[in-house]
Amino acid sequence: MSEWKQVAALEEIPRLGSRVVKTTTQDIAVFRTAEDKVFALHDHCPHKGGPLSQGIVHGDKVTCPLHGWNIGLCDGQAMAPDVGNTACIEVKLENGLVFLKV
Amino acid sequence: MEKMKLVVIGNGMAGMRTVEELLKIAPDIYDITVFGDEPHPNYNRIMLSPVLAGEQTVDDIVINTREWYSENKITLHAGKRANKIDRVKRIVYAEDGTFAEYDRLLLATGSKPFMLPIPGKDLDGVIGFRDISDVDTMIDASSKHKHAVVIGGGLLGLEAANGLAIRGMDVTVVHLNEWLLERQLDDVAGKMLQKSLEDKGLKFLLGKQTEQLIGQDGRVKAVRFKDGQEVPADLVVMAVGIRPNFALAESAGIHCNRGIVVNDTMQTYDPRIYSVGECVSHRGTSYGLVAPLFEMAKVCATHLANFGIGRYTGSVTSTKLKVTGIDLFSAGDFMGNDKTDEIVLHDAVGGVYKKLVLEGDRLVGACLYGDTADGSWYFQMLKDGKEVHEIRDHLMFGQNHLGDAGHKGQTQAATMPDTAEVCGCNGVCKGTIVKAIKEKGLFSLDDVRKHTKASASCGSCTGLVEQILASCIGGAYQPADTKNKPMCGCTDLNHGEVRAAIRERKFLDIPTVQRELKWRTPNGCASCRPALNYYLISTWPHEAQDDPQSRFINERAHANIQKDGTYSVVPRMLGGITTPDELRAIADAADKYKVPTVKVTGGQRIDLLGVKKDDLPKIWNDLSQAGMVSGHAYGKSIRTVKTCVGAEHCRFGTQLSMAMGVKLEKMLFGMWAPHKVKLAVSGCPRNCAEAGIKDVGVIGLESGYELYVAGNGGIKTDVAQFFCKVQTDEEVMEYSAAFLQLYREEGYYLERTVHYVERVGLDYVKSKVVEDAANRKALYERLQYALQGYQDPWADRVAETPKRRQFELISI
Repeated sequence: MSEWKQVAALEEIPRLGSRVVKTTTQDIAVFRTAEDKVFALHDHCPHKGGPLSQGIVHGDKVTCPLHGWNIGLCDGQAMAPDVGNTACIEVKLENGLVFLKV
Repeated sequence: MEKMKLVVIGNGMAGMRTVEELLKIAPDIYDITVFGDEPHPNYNRIMLSPVLAGEQTVDDIVINTREWYSENKITLHAGKRANKIDRVKRIVYAEDGTFAEYDRLLLATGSKPFMLPIPGKDLDGVIGFRDISDVDTMIDASSKHKHAVVIGGGLLGLEAANGLAIRGMDVTVVHLNEWLLERQLDDVAGKMLQKSLEDKGLKFLLGKQTEQLIGQDGRVKAVRFKDGQEVPADLVVMAVGIRPNFALAESAGIHCNRGIVVNDTMQTYDPRIYSVGECVSHRGTSYGLVAPLFEMAKVCATHLANFGIGRYTGSVTSTKLKVTGIDLFSAGDFMGNDKTDEIVLHDAVGGVYKKLVLEGDRLVGACLYGDTADGSWYFQMLKDGKEVHEIRDHLMFGQNHLGDAGHKGQTQAATMPDTAEVCGCNGVCKGTIVKAIKEKGLFSLDDVRKHTKASASCGSCTGLVEQILASCIGGAYQPADTKNKPMCGCTDLNHGEVRAAIRERKFLDIPTVQRELKWRTPNGCASCRPALNYYLISTWPHEAQDDPQSRFINERAHANIQKDGTYSVVPRMLGGITTPDELRAIADAADKYKVPTVKVTGGQRIDLLGVKKDDLPKIWNDLSQAGMVSGHAYGKSIRTVKTCVGAEHCRFGTQLSMAMGVKLEKMLFGMWAPHKVKLAVSGCPRNCAEAGIKDVGVIGLESGYELYVAGNGGIKTDVAQFFCKVQTDEEVMEYSAAFLQLYREEGYYLERTVHYVERVGLDYVKSKVVEDAANRKALYERLQYALQGYQDPWADRVAETPKRRQFELISI
């Protein structure tokens, strides 16, 4: 059963940056955009498994640090012409606190 | 709000390219309707020759399928000829009565083959070479008839003749001039081409003027010339030129003068009506090649999108014949005139001919036959108007921007087998690239990079990819405009313009730059943000805010990311000199954090590879305790100063190279730059520190030092160029620092010193640093000011909580 778990305060994640949340099964990258929206993806690029958490965040995309694929934060889809997708994790922001559904 | 209506007349390459560009930048402002004469969707007209030659099918050359039109909600009237424009009511009518209203109208009616006005021109079997139906007619004729005559020995004529010959016809090419392709080749190259084509079985009648086509039962039977000679002909293809198709525009009262007259924004005399492609007359010129159409399309799209930016100022074109196995290239004024000089290489037996035409210090024309490997390099210089006097003595032998690895002796793209690897980084072979170009309709280097990844990593195969592109799409190939290339898709400004704006308007942070310079994206992209960050901190040191989120991960984490997401740690070892204590501390750290690999680097220091990110602050802390600091092995910054042993120990040494290297490396600590910067100091001319391939190389002599700049040992080895001779250690520091500061202030992001110096010229750099003492001192002071108070980033991150946070994992 998955449940909402508090992971961090919003201010602990840099704007246009991310933090890594380690669970027993996977690493999750939690991103914060310029407008303070938060997104969470499996920290694993569909191309060669690069850590997306370490990429540059712009708009609602992140650029993988290894080979520059652009991945959409909302849906985990690679931008054309690359093809692939990364799992999204449900995330919510309440009273300045970030929760993940894990 | 109701959308505006855009009607496009002409479903060819120019019109649809404009629509594509428009959809890219403003997808939602128009309802689009397209009228096309032909019953097909938009196809790649320049690939008709390969279709005729049987190398491709019609389906292969479709650029946009009918699905594309419906996906983009474009109404396509294929096979409906627009025949009337009512400019008052703003309605376009087609022959069958279909009509469409417009707010903006785009005329892209292309051109028509010019048919010689001679008796017999209307007989069956007499055609031009323009569209799919012409190709169908030719293919059909080749299965039923024997003799074909092609009138016109230009590009199109020769491609038609070649195709018909491959399909088994007996082909004669008739040409008015004394040699073939006189608009693309000089007489020598033209004769060499003729010989190659004769070897393929084509026949030529040169200097012949056609008088009449003779028919029998309504079909053409023979061609008769002015001199009375006759040749049999069951099919006559007229390829003597094209004429802009502007009849419709003229009938609507739009100003035409041998083409639809447009201004630099592609607007006609009716401000609601734009025009692009072969039908226009721009500054008195009409173009019959596809590359200029793409430039027009881009400009026109920005105006249709109401951005109001971009001007089309005309094109320099290059040509390439799409006949398999024949390599020729020409561009610019290849014939020359009494103001020009020529450099010529002619190997008649080897089948190679190269002619370069120079006017003063600039290349103005090139004509290559047999070996066109350097065509794109010459074309680039020609387009850029680059001064070539510094490289004039080896200009003929090509420089080409191919890397050193893997491409020697196999640089002729056209003759490479499909299985040959082109891009060694991403393992892309020629066949994959050719397939992508043909199937996806790619036209530019960027397209090929995106779709195949070829040349997208180190870039050393860029030249080769450009050649493959040129050999696949011929005249449609247009090398990237290096001068005005926008920084990235977020802006139309180039690096130089952005740098100038940051300096002149004193921008201090990235959001301001993006807002003031009207960035198209909310916060840039992974290409422009690191560049902007560098421009800001290098232009306004101690004033502009460094933005870690706009730096690539390596600079954000102060360590190099590895393929598995771990990092490498390289402590600085000034001049490559270490101590037993440092080595012990490194060994202890390697044990404590279970570092899987310990490696000695090429920069004379030690690399600890495979460190987990959350261990970084801990390992740095241990190394800091032993007095070590970050080596910046990860940055667009000063890397190392490599030294040889020098006069301290070496029996040949003339100068204390180790001490000199340590002084330089200390001076430059914390220096960010457009790209990485490496130095070396050798104690004598034996040059054991390999100073000849460094950004700044110092070589000790009995009487002082020689300085070399702009060397590079990477993708393409470039030997550093002699800069000046100096006497003292202090002078070495001042001259090196001044050169590097000039590069820091003027270099574009990701431009190594070799490319910066190539762009601005060594003479210019010398004039700023060597010859102008006051300017040199000012540069030196500016660098010192910029580096003042720089803190070791490792110690900094160990100490401070917010900066340290990025290294901490959240566990749940």
